[in-house]
Amino acid sequence: MENKKTLRAPVSQKPLVIEKPENPEYIGGSVSIEINEKKFTVPLGTTILEACRQNQIHIPTLCHHEDLCVAGVCRICVVEVEGMRTLQASCAFPITAPLKIRTTSNAVRRARKHVLDLLLSEHYGECYSCFRNNNCELQSLAKEYGVDHYNFGHIQTPRYEVDNSSYSVVRDMDKCVLCKRCVRTCIDLQEVGVLEAIDRGHNTHIGTFWDKPLAEVICINCGQCINRCPTGALRANDPRDEIWSAIDDPKKHVVIQTAPSPRAAICEEFGMEPGTSLTGEMNTALRRIGFDVVFDTNFTADLTIFEEGTELIARLYNALVKKEQVALPQFTSCSPGWVKYLEHFYPEYVDNLSTAKSPQQMFGALIKTFYAKKKGIDPKDIISVAVMPCSAKKFECNRPEMVDSGFKDVDYGLTTRELAQMIKEAGIYLPEMPKSHFMPKSHFDDPFGEASGAGLIFGATGGVMEAALRTVIEFITGKKVENIFANADITPVRGFEGIRYAELPITEVGPVPKLIAHLVPDWNWLKGATLKIAVVHGTANAKKVMDDIKAGGKFSECHFIEFMACPGGCIGGGGQPIPTTPEIRKLRAKAIYDEDSSLPVRKSHENRHVVEIYDEFLTDGPCGHLSHKLLHTHYVKRGKYIA
Amino acid sequence: MLVVEKNALSEEIESYVNKYGNDRSALLMILHEIQKKHRHISEFAQQEVARLLNIHPVEVFSVISFFAFLNSNPKGRNLVRICQTISCDMKGKSGLVKAIERELGIEMGGTTKDNKFTVEYANCLGLCDMGPAMAINDQVFLQLTPEKAVELLGKVK
Repeated sequence: MENKKTLRAPVSQKPLVIEKPENPEYIGGSVSIEINEKKFTVPLGTTILEACRQNQIHIPTLCHHEDLCVAGVCRICVVEVEGMRTLQASCAFPITAPLKIRTTSNAVRRARKHVLDLLLSEHYGECYSCFRNNNCELQSLAKEYGVDHYNFGHIQTPRYEVDNSSYSVVRDMDKCVLCKRCVRTCIDLQEVGVLEAIDRGHNTHIGTFWDKPLAEVICINCGQCINRCPTGALRANDPRDEIWSAIDDPKKHVVIQTAPSPRAAICEEFGMEPGTSLTGEMNTALRRIGFDVVFDTNFTADLTIFEEGTELIARLYNALVKKEQVALPQFTSCSPGWVKYLEHFYPEYVDNLSTAKSPQQMFGALIKTFYAKKKGIDPKDIISVAVMPCSAKKFECNRPEMVDSGFKDVDYGLTTRELAQMIKEAGIYLPEMPKSHFMPKSHFDDPFGEASGAGLIFGATGGVMEAALRTVIEFITGKKVENIFANADITPVRGFEGIRYAELPITEVGPVPKLIAHLVPDWNWLKGATLKIAVVHGTANAKKVMDDIKAGGKFSECHFIEFMACPGGCIGGGGQPIPTTPEIRKLRAKAIYDEDSSLPVRKSHENRHVVEIYDEFLTDGPCGHLSHKLLHTHYVKRGKYIA
Repeated sequence: MLVVEKNALSEEIESYVNKYGNDRSALLMILHEIQKKHRHISEFAQQEVARLLNIHPVEVFSVISFFAFLNSNPKGRNLVRICQTISCDMKGKSGLVKAIERELGIEMGGTTKDNKFTVEYANCLGLCDMGPAMAINDQVFLQLTPEKAVELLGKVK
């Protein structure tokens, strides 16, 4: 992975990484080794761990994670290498010469058991009161190595206070095993730098700057650390109790909106293979649990395309025709982690952020105004819950400015993991649920109903861009997207490269659609222009692009850039089932794209419910007066000084 | 902290960065300079170092918390360090500690009210054959008795 090479640690501290040869067939390109007296040939530079895994030899790991650089701190993966005095950490040992390796000897077994005994002696807490029970790497290692008593004792009293200051992430350092996965996630993968090892020796703990509570330091709430943590030391701030009591209160009208990514990943919480979409099953379960209505966040994703697309067209028109000073490129604002990252690290660019709210917050504002009025419900009796793949959404719904309906727009953000827990608590095994009816009624309740496939693919990196392009291309050229891209799959913006760049020349223009006719008279000013776009995911990549924009590079000439805080976009979000690896992210993305291509409506502007809402409620059109009040927001220049 | 003080501190740190370079490997030298001059590295100073070296403030804090000779909270004017390792312990370190604690009216790790002394343990002063050992600021004293230690403290200004 890219970030392994661009590690910022000095050369002396970097783990030994050998550049792998292009072709292992070349002379010196591969090495023959012997593992447990069986001969194998592996490419030069393969680590012992990789070599073993490729050949189905199991080696336990704890601090190792596919997304992160090598650390070699936990020593659980030690093996015996002939000729070496001590046992070697297989994750940090690149093979450069013929070796004889033993993975099962007595010395290895004993060392691993001692490592575990030492970790457990400091690990406070009981498994059955831990949210990671049955999904904990330490617990499964203890089982694997048959730990039946505490060889070196067991800590009886807590050493640290639980830090639940943040709306999103709760830290319980008593359960920490100091694997530093969260540190590497925060510094290398996300470039935010909240967590580091503080103090030394026995007092070492993972802490923030000056050991401040998490709410006071510069945390973007992306929750990637939660997804990397092998134990229960990091978890999301859980609103389940409040939601249950709202459901049990007959006076409350409990509304739930479901984002695209949870439905593609919730199957993993029920022991199924990643990549199975359970939309219908989930909706039935939600109604059985007691939610009064179930809405699809994809509806407001479609609405976002209208608002954000219109905003982009207005910005381009003002810049190109009216020659006004306009902040370009326009950045997407769907990812609350990214928004907070920009507010902290590049506050001078907040004007570039689209003022459109994220789909979650748009829906919140609509539920307590449009929906409440239509159904005759007092908005103060509505409890609005959002199922999100994200821990930053919990922070977002608590932002003080998100009260445009006159009430807190969204009351609770719920992660995929917490929803799965609620479903389990209700005694429901999700995969066995009957699917909600699609025809003739829709999966989701009126008046918002079914959304388009464009809204659905918001969940994967590049999805917002693809959804926007499907609409913008048809608006500008007046032709069908299918004529330009086969099956309306805009493949140049798909994929998992950290930064993607594309150019789309506009060769012909059509008539201006009625909905935005009040903004631009014709498209002639766009004829012959080239639309430059980029797609970025992971804030470490965002940092590179932002620095390039600051230096006036290639990306400063872009018109529209999609940013997602989490690697892989929302499908790899901090609220998704644990574990998350590159492989699992691909399968989740595939589930989303497959569901998109099976839908009858795949473009935001063909979603009839969105068109209806502009006819009925937001009568002054996208970016009009009412939509500005309800669907748009402003940002805070936070800066990165920690007071 | 006043803006003027902040600006002065920023300028000072900038001069260290110019001297040692803006690579993260210059971090320890810069921290040592700040420690030498201010006897602690304040919250603001840590963030300034992080900004100028293009690293995260928490990384600076992590390094400071690791080293016993760097501290982020102000200490007394004079630093008394008593060796706590086995050989000094066997030569009567505890008597030494008790006498000093009684004399200054503080416990180990504390600072006197007049801000004159801070006493703390050091892990090893490397003079195991001549224990018990104690360091006052940069000077090491050997083969101490409780009386001698108290006498030494009296001579410190």
